[in-house]
Amino acid sequence: MNATLAGLLQALALVAALALSYRPLGDYMAHVLSTRKHWRAERGIYKLIGVDGDAEQTWPAYLRSVLAFSFISVLFLYAFQRLQEHLWLSLGFPAVTPATAWNTAASFVTNTNWQSYSGESTMGHLVQMAGLAVQNFLSAAVGIAVVTALIRGFIRHKSDTLGNFWVDLTRITLRVLLPISIVFAIVLVAGGVVENLHAAHVINTLSGAQQSIPGGPVASQEVIKELGTNGGGFYNANSAHPFENPNPFTNWLEIYLLLVISFALCRTFGTMVKSQKQGYAIVSVMGLYWAASAALITFFEHQHSGAAAKIAGAAMEGKEVRFGIPGSSLFAASTTLTSTGAVNSMHDSYTPLGGGVTILNMMFGEIAPGGTGSGLYGILVLAIVTVFVAGLMVGRTPEYLGKKLGAREMKFASLYILTTPAIVLCGTGLAMSLSAGHGGGMLNTGPHGFSEVLYAFTSAANNNGSAFGGITVTSNHWQEALGLAMLFGRFLPMVFVLALAGSLAKQQQTPESTGTLKTHSPLFVGMLSGVVLIVVGLTYFPALALGPLAEGLH
Amino acid sequence: MAKPLPTPVRNHLTGLRLLLLFTVLCGLAYPLVVTGISQVAFSQQANGSLVKDAHGTVVGSSLIGQNFTIVAKDGKSQTPDPKFFQSRPSAAGSLGYDPTASAGTNLGTNSQVLVTNYTQLKSDIAKFNGVAESAVPADAITSSGSGLDPDISPAYAEIQVKRVAQARGLSVDKVEALVKQHTQDRTLGFLGEPRVNVLELNIALTELG
Repeated sequence: MNATLAGLLQALALVAALALSYRPLGDYMAHVLSTRKHWRAERGIYKLIGVDGDAEQTWPAYLRSVLAFSFISVLFLYAFQRLQEHLWLSLGFPAVTPATAWNTAASFVTNTNWQSYSGESTMGHLVQMAGLAVQNFLSAAVGIAVVTALIRGFIRHKSDTLGNFWVDLTRITLRVLLPISIVFAIVLVAGGVVENLHAAHVINTLSGAQQSIPGGPVASQEVIKELGTNGGGFYNANSAHPFENPNPFTNWLEIYLLLVISFALCRTFGTMVKSQKQGYAIVSVMGLYWAASAALITFFEHQHSGAAAKIAGAAMEGKEVRFGIPGSSLFAASTTLTSTGAVNSMHDSYTPLGGGVTILNMMFGEIAPGGTGSGLYGILVLAIVTVFVAGLMVGRTPEYLGKKLGAREMKFASLYILTTPAIVLCGTGLAMSLSAGHGGGMLNTGPHGFSEVLYAFTSAANNNGSAFGGITVTSNHWQEALGLAMLFGRFLPMVFVLALAGSLAKQQQTPESTGTLKTHSPLFVGMLSGVVLIVVGLTYFPALALGPLAEGLH
Repeated sequence: MAKPLPTPVRNHLTGLRLLLLFTVLCGLAYPLVVTGISQVAFSQQANGSLVKDAHGTVVGSSLIGQNFTIVAKDGKSQTPDPKFFQSRPSAAGSLGYDPTASAGTNLGTNSQVLVTNYTQLKSDIAKFNGVAESAVPADAITSSGSGLDPDISPAYAEIQVKRVAQARGLSVDKVEALVKQHTQDRTLGFLGEPRVNVLELNIALTELG
C-alpha cells in the first residue's frame, strides 16, 4: 500500500470513529448537563464546598464563579510549583522560577498548556500529576460549562438564570472526563506509554554509553492532555516523545481523543436545543475546515518545499519515522484546530506553507472543532454574526434559534470576535518592535523568525499552547507577556459569551416565520464557512503575508 | 449568629475547596489507580519497555533510540560504529539521544544551517556505507521531533546492510534476513509508516556474533 492511500485510510478511520461516538457521547453529555438528579457523591461534594446543587445562577454570578475558581487555581498552581522542592516525588528538582511558575500556572488554568519549561528537567512527578494534570481536567470542564451556559441562553425564555457553575464543573469532571480517562489511560499503557512513579534511572547502552531512562505517571496525564484539549506534555518533546506516543496506533488514538469531545458537543447542542439539524449544520462547518486543513498540511509536507527539505528529499525534519508525513500532518492539523497544542512533530520545522496552515488554524479561533467547549461557543458566536450579516442583506431583524439578535447581543458577539486578534496582533507588533535590537529570542531569521513570534502570540491568545519551538521564551518579559495573553485570551471571551447568554435567556421565544433564515440548511453552512474565512482570515492576512506567505512564495 | 461572609470571599472559598477536592480525586486517586492497574496488568510497558541483551543485562528501552557510536576520550565528539546499524541524527543533548533533553532542532526547511548539515551528512553517510548519495533516504540526515526516535526507515536499514556485514564478518544474506525480520509494516496495514527498530535489530545482531 502506498503512503498516500494509507494516510487517507488513517484519516477515514478517524472520521468513522468520530462519527460513531458523535451520538452516544453527545447525548450522554446533554443528559449529564440537563438532568435534575444528583449522584450521591456529588451531593457530598456540594455539601463539602458549601453549594446548593439545585440553586441557579444569573450570568454575572456564573461568571464570578468561573473567575473566582480560575483565580484560585492560578494561585494554587503557582504556589505548588514554587514549593516543589519541599514536596514528595520532586526528583530533586528545585523550586520552579517565579517567571516560569507564573507563566505555567496561567497556561494550564487557561487550557493553553504553553510550556516555557522542559518537563523532564523541571517538574517533579507530584507537581505534574497533582498540579498540572488536575488543571487538564478542570480547565477543560470550565470550557464545557461556559458553552453549556450559552446553550441554556438559547433554550430558556424570560429567564434570569443560566444554571450553576459548580454543578456543571463537578458533573463534567466526574461523569465525563474521569471515566473516559481511566479507560483510555489503560489502553495507552498497553500500547507502551509509561505509567510509574520512578525517577529516571541510568542504563548502559549496547555500545557502552550511558543513557538515563525517565519515568513518570505519563499515561494518566497523556490521556486527559488530549481529551481535554490541553496539550501540555509530560516531556519536552510532547507527543513526539516515544514514552508519550510510542506507536502509530497510540498516535491515531491520541488524535481521536483530542477531537472527540469537541465534535460530540455539537450533538449535545442539537439535543439541548431540540433540533439535531442545528447541531449537524455546525458540525458540518467544523468538519469541512478540519478536512481541508488536514489535506492541505499533508499536501504541503509531501511537497517538501524549502532548500533544506529539497536536499533531504522529504520534509522529515522534526518528524518521527513511526508516524511519517501523514500521521504527523493529521496530528498537526487536529491539534491546532482544537485548542490542544500537543505536538507529535515539530511545527517550526514544517514547510513554510504547511506551518502557515497551522498558524491559520489557530487564527480561525480554533472552532473546527476547537477546544472542549470553547470551540463550540466560538463557532456559535460566528453563527450569530452570520445570521446578522444575512439579516442585513434582506433587511429584517435577525433571529437565531428563536432569539432576536439586537444591538446588545451583537455588541457582545463583536467584542468576542475582536478580542483575540487584538491580543495577537498588538502582542506580535509590540514584541517585534521592542526586540528589534536583541534578537527577541527567535532561532530562525527573516520571515521564518517573524512566524515564530506570530505563532507564539497566536498560540497563547487562542489558548492553543503549541509553539514554533525554536523561539526562546524563557526571558521574563516573554513569560509575562505570554502569560497575560493567555489569561486575556481565555477569560475576556468568556465574559462576552456569558453576557450574551444572559441577554439571550432574558428574551422570550420568537416563533419561526416564513421569513426566518433556516440555520440548518446547506446554504447556512456555506454562509457560516464564508464568514469564518472572511472575518477571521482577513484580520490576520497582513500578518500572515509577512511570515509564512513571504517565506513560502519566495 | 455570625455574619455571613461577603459573596466574593465565599466564592473564592468554594473554589478553593472544590480545587482541593479535585486535586485529591484527579491528581492523586486517579493517577495512582491507573498506575496500580498498569503495574499489575502491563508492567513491561508501564515501566518503559526495557530490553535485555543475550546476557540478560538491560541495555535500553525498545522505545528510546540510542547512539551506536564510538565516543572520543574527551566525550565531546563521536564517530559511528561500523558494527552497528546507525540511528537518525538527534538534537536531544550535545551528543544526541539524551532522554533528559528530548527535542528537535526546530530549524525551518529553508534554514542555511540545515542546508549545510544535510549536504555534509549526506556525503558522509554515503561514503560510510559505500553507496551513492542519491540512495541516502531523508530520515538518515534529518533529526526527529523527539531526538529519541527509536526507528529508521527500511530504506536506511537497507543501505547499511553491506557495511555492517563486512564489519562483523557475516554474510550479507544473513544480515539482510535479520533486517527483514525486524522490519515492522504499518499497523493494521494503514497506520503509520514501515520502520525498523534500531536497538532491537542491533541486539539481534550481537547475538549472531
